[in-house]
Amino acid sequence: MANQKETTFAKKVADFFCSLKLTIFCLISLAVTSIIGTVIQQNKPRGEYVQVYGENLTNVFEKLQIIDMYHAWWFLGLLFLFCVNLISCSIKRLPQIITSVNNPPLTPDESYFKSLTGAKTFDSKLPPDQARERLSNLLGERFAKAKTTKADGTIHLFAQKMPWARFSVYVTHFSILLIFVGAIIGNIWGFKAYVNIVEGTSVDQVWKQGEKNPLKLGFEVRCDDFSVTFYEGGQRPKEFASVLDVIDNGQEVISNRKIVVNDPLSYKGITFYQSSYGSAGAATFKMRVTPKGGSGRIVTGQEGDHIPLPNGGSFAVNGYAAEYQGFGPAVQMHVNTPDGKHGNPFVVFQRHPEFDARRGGDYAFALLEYNELQYTGLQVKKDPGVWVVWTGCFLMIFGSMAAFMLAHRRIWIAIVARGNGCTVRFGGTTHRNRAAFDLYLDELTTEIESTLNAPAGEK
Amino acid sequence: MTSVQLFNLTTIGYFVAMILFIAYLVTRSRIIALTATIVAWVGFATNTAAITLRWFEGRAMGYSQAPLSNLYESIVFFAWSILFIYLLMDLKYRQRAVGAFVMPFAFLGMTWAQLGLNDAIEPLVPALQSNWLTYHVITCFLGYAAFAVACGASIMYLLIVNKNQESGFFSIFPSSKVLDDINYKSIMIGFPLLTLGIVTGAAWANYAWGTYWSWDPKETWSLIVWFIYAAFLHARFTRGWAGKRAAWLSIFGFAATIFCYLGVNLVLSGLHSYGS
Ligand code: HEM
Repeated sequence: MANQKETTFAKKVADFFCSLKLTIFCLISLAVTSIIGTVIQQNKPRGEYVQVYGENLTNVFEKLQIIDMYHAWWFLGLLFLFCVNLISCSIKRLPQIITSVNNPPLTPDESYFKSLTGAKTFDSKLPPDQARERLSNLLGERFAKAKTTKADGTIHLFAQKMPWARFSVYVTHFSILLIFVGAIIGNIWGFKAYVNIVEGTSVDQVWKQGEKNPLKLGFEVRCDDFSVTFYEGGQRPKEFASVLDVIDNGQEVISNRKIVVNDPLSYKGITFYQSSYGSAGAATFKMRVTPKGGSGRIVTGQEGDHIPLPNGGSFAVNGYAAEYQGFGPAVQMHVNTPDGKHGNPFVVFQRHPEFDARRGGDYAFALLEYNELQYTGLQVKKDPGVWVVWTGCFLMIFGSMAAFMLAHRRIWIAIVARGNGCTVRFGGTTHRNRAAFDLYLDELTTEIESTLNAPAGEK
Repeated sequence: MTSVQLFNLTTIGYFVAMILFIAYLVTRSRIIALTATIVAWVGFATNTAAITLRWFEGRAMGYSQAPLSNLYESIVFFAWSILFIYLLMDLKYRQRAVGAFVMPFAFLGMTWAQLGLNDAIEPLVPALQSNWLTYHVITCFLGYAAFAVACGASIMYLLIVNKNQESGFFSIFPSSKVLDDINYKSIMIGFPLLTLGIVTGAAWANYAWGTYWSWDPKETWSLIVWFIYAAFLHARFTRGWAGKRAAWLSIFGFAATIFCYLGVNLVLSGLHSYGS
């Protein structure tokens, strides 16, 4: 008695995990809870939440982990439930399906035929063996090779197409688990970090988000150059590019590899993505300074410094734009008079060296070179699970298309002797797209009829 | 002729086709239905030509990108996709009344694009310079379009269900069985396309930034839409949900789709802000 109670309880639990109701519950709950994270911004500093929602609500959010909800225990729990549901369903159903695919009824009785799609009965004058031969050929040509079984004086034909289509659902479901497995592998054995490399220098370690200690790469990455280019005549950036080298064991194994935003560099499973950039210290420039009526002289200097002029005054460069109002690179500068008076700032364009003479100052400036020492900001990522994820995605797409479009179709024919002729029973099943199968069976029925009605001895 | 002029002609074509389809509901004239279908085909051809021309215009300006990169371009492609899926369904079912419930989506989209959006061809910022963008946009929008057709059929279903279709206004509508089938078949086409759209988006993100999934609001909403249609298909496959409940779920799913497409950009913040 107690035992029975236990089994019914166990069965109830099992049924719960296998139920499609649970699936639909999971899908809908995931959909609804996911919305929360799109409305409330995720992973912002605490202060921002307090500002928008107030202290009390922020405390509630923190308790419920709503500010990092996609990693919250309840969201991960829901995903876990979803997987358990998927696995238990498959465990429950798969053996049944394998059995039913492997052991189709080969000698079905009359009532089984009545339950089939497109069930029909014909009377024919043909002797049973001749009917069998003709129908078997017809099935072979129009459907699939038929298997013949004789039982109790009745001849049975059975043919089926794409029995494996039954398993496409399981492939699809398995693919979802595979994607989760890939994500878990990535979380355990992968990392996500960043590093800034100043032009001309190299690094051998990177920093994981929110961690103090760096992570050794095991090789060195050097940045030769970083550059930003702009579309003609505008502020719209065209390309952020870094030129990188990889040095492993003192050997330069990758040289001058240019990376841009959509084209990263990979080495030993670690990938470097162009992500940001910035200025690393003062810039240097080279200018030609031409006194009124005199000849020019080349001057180099550092941004921000006051550089003396022959007349006792000085000049300074204190700004640079890679793209200034459609005229290309330009610096902003000013001239100080010998008595130390600060002149008005003006702009000098690199692409128009003759331009500044028109300003009419005591000196004309032409920008020859400007080197701003920059650093490139790289996102660094290692994810050994990513191929598992892609395999899962691939299986999901092909599995779901197969699950929707491919049908396991089966046709049975029974030939029962009746006097000199025979009675033929016919019918089929499909596990998908019944309407199309109905039409197909209608056509096949007409052909069967004409085959059976053709005079004996003819084909 | 510029592509923008061709898009204007497309809009007019879709408007005329929509009016003719509605006229067909009232007059029941087969000739009107046929004319409406022909106009829809012509509009579709113009739409195709306009997108192609825009591509060449971009090339002439020195940009190699496909014309699928900003809100304007995405919405004219959405209209194209709706017509594509609708005309496919029309070839199969030949139920002209459905046009009156699908053409408005394409017409509204085109009108909004022509009147309210910036139609300049602009070069792509570095983050968007990838072939993955093209695959991602094409698959997503074909999926969305299939859901639009499903939604149109579902609205019709809800209008006629439990009504006498022997005579009267609704007798010209397809039977509820056919509408239910159109709803289901469209979602069956749309779902793998949406899956492919999400996967190509993830592949792109992984290639460009090294993360295939970051729970950004757009990604999350596409997943929400995916969950809704997955629930629809499971309810149908194994619980036999059809008819009214299926129709409501389909309409609800399309509302979520539209929110995913527009609402996220207009209401929420995130990565996908169409280059703004
Ligand atoms: C691409 C996504 C999916 C597709 C195409 C898909 C397809 C299907 C199909 C066609 C069936 C019907 C099986 C049959 O005819 O016997 C089914 C059943 C089922 N699916 Fe999915 N599915 C997908 C995702 C999911 C997900 C995410 C879950 C989550 C838990 C799930 C859980 C189930 C369950 C529990 C059943 C019932 C099991 C059964 O009766 O064999 N499926 N699915």
